[in-house]
Amino acid sequence: MDLTRIRAIDPWSWTVPLSPGESRHEVKLYGSRELLETMDDKVLEQITNVARLPGLVGAAMTMPDAHWGYGFPIGGVAAFDPDLGGIISAGGVGFDISCGIRCLRTDLTLRDIAPHMKRLADGLFRDIPAGVGEGGQIRLDVAQLDRVLAGGARWAVEQGYGEATDLEYVEENGCASGAVPATVSALSKKRQLGEMGTLGSGNHYLEVQWVERIVDQEAARAFGLFEGQIVISIHCGSRGLGHQIGTEYLVSLAKAAGRLGITLPDRELACAPINSDEGQAYLGAMHAATNCALANRQILAHLARRVFAHQFPGHRLETLFDVSHNTCKVEWHEVEGRRRLLYVHRKGATRAFGPGHPALPQRYREVGQPVIIGGSMGTGSYILGGTAESEARAYSSASHGAGRAMSRHAALKRWQGRELLKDLETRGVLVRTRSMRGAAEEAPGAYKDVERVAEATERAGLARRVAVLRPKVCVKG
Amino acid sequence: MPFRYFAHDADVGVVGAGATLEQAFVAGAEAAFSLITRLDEVQPRERLELDFEEADVELAFVTWINLLLGHAQENGLVLGKFELERDGDHWHGRAWGEPWSAGMERGVDVKGATLTMLSVAPVDSGWEARCVVDV
Repeated sequence: MDLTRIRAIDPWSWTVPLSPGESRHEVKLYGSRELLETMDDKVLEQITNVARLPGLVGAAMTMPDAHWGYGFPIGGVAAFDPDLGGIISAGGVGFDISCGIRCLRTDLTLRDIAPHMKRLADGLFRDIPAGVGEGGQIRLDVAQLDRVLAGGARWAVEQGYGEATDLEYVEENGCASGAVPATVSALSKKRQLGEMGTLGSGNHYLEVQWVERIVDQEAARAFGLFEGQIVISIHCGSRGLGHQIGTEYLVSLAKAAGRLGITLPDRELACAPINSDEGQAYLGAMHAATNCALANRQILAHLARRVFAHQFPGHRLETLFDVSHNTCKVEWHEVEGRRRLLYVHRKGATRAFGPGHPALPQRYREVGQPVIIGGSMGTGSYILGGTAESEARAYSSASHGAGRAMSRHAALKRWQGRELLKDLETRGVLVRTRSMRGAAEEAPGAYKDVERVAEATERAGLARRVAVLRPKVCVKG
Repeated sequence: MPFRYFAHDADVGVVGAGATLEQAFVAGAEAAFSLITRLDEVQPRERLELDFEEADVELAFVTWINLLLGHAQENGLVLGKFELERDGDHWHGRAWGEPWSAGMERGVDVKGATLTMLSVAPVDSGWEARCVVDV
């Protein structure tokens, strides 16, 4: 990114000065100079365009892991007020609606699993459907799928996938309100009938990780984390159903914008007023897709538990937290001394409620929400805790991943999948995948340094570091 | 090869070129599906037919790719061959492929075609259609 176009507010937050005659809301970019230097100029262009959308409240923001997306940048956060003509944008949510991370904590340690790593990797790879073209073991009809779309993770628990206590640690207790299955097209539903309980491909994964270091002892105690502990992270979303909803509404909202009198700075920012028929239809479908994603991660957690129960009988896998990072959530926020109900788009950004927030489970109420920054398969991930100051800075939002530093195209030219996997194995990380191309595209070197992203997230006041996780087994989509 | 790619941070840009608009769209579909598997290894055992109405040629390109992706997954198929005809605003497409099998190369799942870097335009040799696909 051309840093001459932006101005530092402090070493960890930046703004974009208005050009003469320019009219738009403020733009805030969070991150270090080093991280911003590596970002594509398109990130700046895209978030500046978001700042011109109607009904925006406060600034349009990017998180420290931002990169070039479609319409919104990935790592983009923007809140809209429906009473001010605020909009809902399909590109501001993403095609993989409610993609997120479910983190499970175990009472196992690295020492417990170390002698059984290969068997564990093979067992997880056998039982977790992963990769393009891999269907799940569950086959639903449309009526059953409608119940998934209405019920989310609660539906999954009712069907025997997991435990009722899981739901306390899933956003919105596992079920997004406002889902309207009737606004989901027949094709979207048909795509999903054989897809429940599948991981998908691309950057999706199931990882067995160990807690290398605790940074914040108090929060770690609340989160049930300790050094040497094994945790499991599952990164995936709403699969074919979400993708189909995203693609259909992207086109229909692009057409609606002109008809509804919204002047778009760029067509890819396809959107409609929240208080329009088109906007309400998308919201109903988006919440339904959110429930699909929550149910999907609940089923995958159940499948992972089954593998662990077989290989390590007597040990428990408890849900630490499940948080989505491709969403638009309806939330109350205090803006200029007034509580307002806002539609907060987080495209590749994680909700990060601070201590005391009423939506948090009692166990985490004093320390803030667990925030998960998923890194690459060879480096590591972070668990952070929400902070009070993040509310004023970014509507309680934080980074969601390491963020790509290199295009998939460039990564394919630089790495070979098989060699990469061998190299990772020599470094103690067992990767199982059906796609060598996918492995090369997801090479650790294609991502930003997760340490720098986590540090910037903390220094910018968005969330604070609690624990450092290192991968041991990765089932890659 | 009538298709190629361009770089995008997290996703992939696809470009289809052809003597006609329809051929450029077919090449764009080949670009998208080549991310999923090797097209020359896909046997044309089953055929899909799809129809749609779209006056805007850029949105038609996005809709064409997205319908192919949607119907392929609905039917559990991987597609390798495509045809497209246009009659005014009406588009009629055909695609051939087969169910996924164990020996097939697995690339990445293409979630959908986006409006990012979307353009459909005449070039010296005919037509070129491009956009970023989300993977």
